[in-house]
Amino acid sequence: MVSINNQLSEKKVTEKEIVVALAGNPNTGKSTIFNALTGLKQHTGNWPGKTVSYARGNYVHRGKSFVLVDLPGTYSLLANSIDELIARDFICFAKPDVTIVVTDATNLIRNLNLALQIMEATNNVVVAINLLDEAERKGIIVNIDKLSEKLGLPVVGTVARNQMGLNRLKDTIDDIVTKKIVTNPLKIHYPPEIEQKIQEMTPELENILKGELNPRWVALRILEGDKTLIDSIKQYLVYKEIDIKGEVALCH
Amino acid sequence: MANKPLPLSNLAVGTKGKVESILIDGLLRRRLLDLGVVPGSVIEVVRVSPNGDPTAYLIKGALIGLRENEAKHILVHPI
Repeated sequence: MVSINNQLSEKKVTEKEIVVALAGNPNTGKSTIFNALTGLKQHTGNWPGKTVSYARGNYVHRGKSFVLVDLPGTYSLLANSIDELIARDFICFAKPDVTIVVTDATNLIRNLNLALQIMEATNNVVVAINLLDEAERKGIIVNIDKLSEKLGLPVVGTVARNQMGLNRLKDTIDDIVTKKIVTNPLKIHYPPEIEQKIQEMTPELENILKGELNPRWVALRILEGDKTLIDSIKQYLVYKEIDIKGEVALCH
Repeated sequence: MANKPLPLSNLAVGTKGKVESILIDGLLRRRLLDLGVVPGSVIEVVRVSPNGDPTAYLIKGALIGLRENEAKHILVHPI
């Protein structure tokens, strides 16, 4: 996890660099988008193991420098595997300025699960609907505007291997950074008993998290029994006076 | 759809089932939901590894390997 700490300190040193994370299911063309945006040709694999490196690259758009970080391809952000843990910790604790969720236009039902999970953790999200050409061949037409309206986020259609939509994607990322686009991600409503628990936990969590993480999202993870998030909060947010485990015991 | 639901692990290669319910809670349930195993999903049994476990299933457009001790918790209606 050293690499995330490096990432954090690096971000603070070079305040002007804008950090953009690239998330998505496996096989959505994530790395193709990465290579197309950064001009890198080689593919850096992400695999479970001791040394985990993200593929990182830079691009310049509208005279600004952007750092693009390619996260491991995952189906979920719930830390079921080392890949998911890496993706989650990066999004939550390295706090990229914008997260791109790359989705496969031919299989949105599978892909939007991850998008919804990321939208619960952070507001600064743009959804890229990739492989639009393949979808068209299969007779699938994606209503981009409608999807954008429903999700409360900018949605950009892309065909990464032909560079289609990538300028629009870069514009959109910059518009989120400059707050020209203000996102309002769809909020998932849970059954009343869960919503009530969230309400009960929120004030305490707001105290602990001090705006660093979305309390609603953390409450949901705790209710789900996700201990890895508590470990990561301890690791990255370093609260010396508060025993997070103790707090959680109270919440249950 | 009048068939009685049975564990996904009982389906033969080449057949399909529609998910009725998932019988476990916790991390494995969450994992299965994330992989697209939700009530109403259609799952096709694609192939079985040489030693009989795990089995490859086609779930919502992705080939997913599940072990017998995972698949047995998924109740499906054969279709």
